[in-house]
Amino acid sequence: MIYEVFRQERKGQPFQHAGSVEAPDHAFADVYAREQYGRRGESTALWVVPREAIVEVEEFVDELNRNYHRVDGYSLKAKLKEARERVGSALVARDR
Amino acid sequence: MNESEARSLLEIADDELILGWRDSEWTGIAPLLEEDVAFSSIAQNEIGHARALYELVARDRGTTADELAFDRMPDEYRNSRLVELRLLDWEKTIARHWLYEQADAERLERLKQSEDSEIAGLAAKIDREEAYHRMHAKMWFDRLKDEPRFTTALEDLRPLLDGGRDDHTPELGELWEEMTIVRRSQPAGTKW
Repeated sequence: MIYEVFRQERKGQPFQHAGSVEAPDHAFADVYAREQYGRRGESTALWVVPREAIVEVEEFVDELNRNYHRVDGYSLKAKLKEARERVGSALVARDR
Repeated sequence: MNESEARSLLEIADDELILGWRDSEWTGIAPLLEEDVAFSSIAQNEIGHARALYELVARDRGTTADELAFDRMPDEYRNSRLVELRLLDWEKTIARHWLYEQADAERLERLKQSEDSEIAGLAAKIDREEAYHRMHAKMWFDRLKDEPRFTTALEDLRPLLDGGRDDHTPELGELWEEMTIVRRSQPAGTKW
């Protein structure tokens, strides 16, 4: 069985995914996870979770279709370039 | 450090070196890949403990850890016969691991009470790593404790634990040949 291991580096910090271990049961997963992620002072705590217990969510429905809230497709780089060019040509015009 | 303290540190160092070597023979062939990592790491810890103990004794005797570890003759080693056996059956390896870790825990507890603060400090440091070894041994013990092959191995090996340290099996001689072959290939005193 595959167990996902999350580790907390210091007390109070969020747990972050560290990797996984393969083990026949919880007791083995505990010991193997300590070996790989915990016993050299690199973690203050581990969460060892059977992969099957994790509910993965990866398809999202854009229920309200409010895509104007999103910034994808809006290239700040292009806008800036445009603005710079406008200012540049305005300055040239003024100096004349 | 008095002579009897030095002798008992050498006994432990020899146990840890020889057991570390034997356990390392499982590297790459343990029953599970995760076990391979865990057991190899335990083997490496044991050799690390041996190094630290040899260093303490070496300083006292005006020699080096390497000379203590590799330049003695097989009959000068003070390890228990339990650790020198080549045990290519997993249940026997685990039975030895279980017996050894229990005996080692008692011994470390005594060393931690030593009046010599260096010895007590080193024992405490070693014991922090051994705590993981004991957890690992317990995990396997719990899994195998009702298997006849495992309980038989426990019964067969237990007498070796208290069997004295003066006599060795031929397997120590074989191990010694392999362990020291590189150093013996050069004249004594060679700087590596």
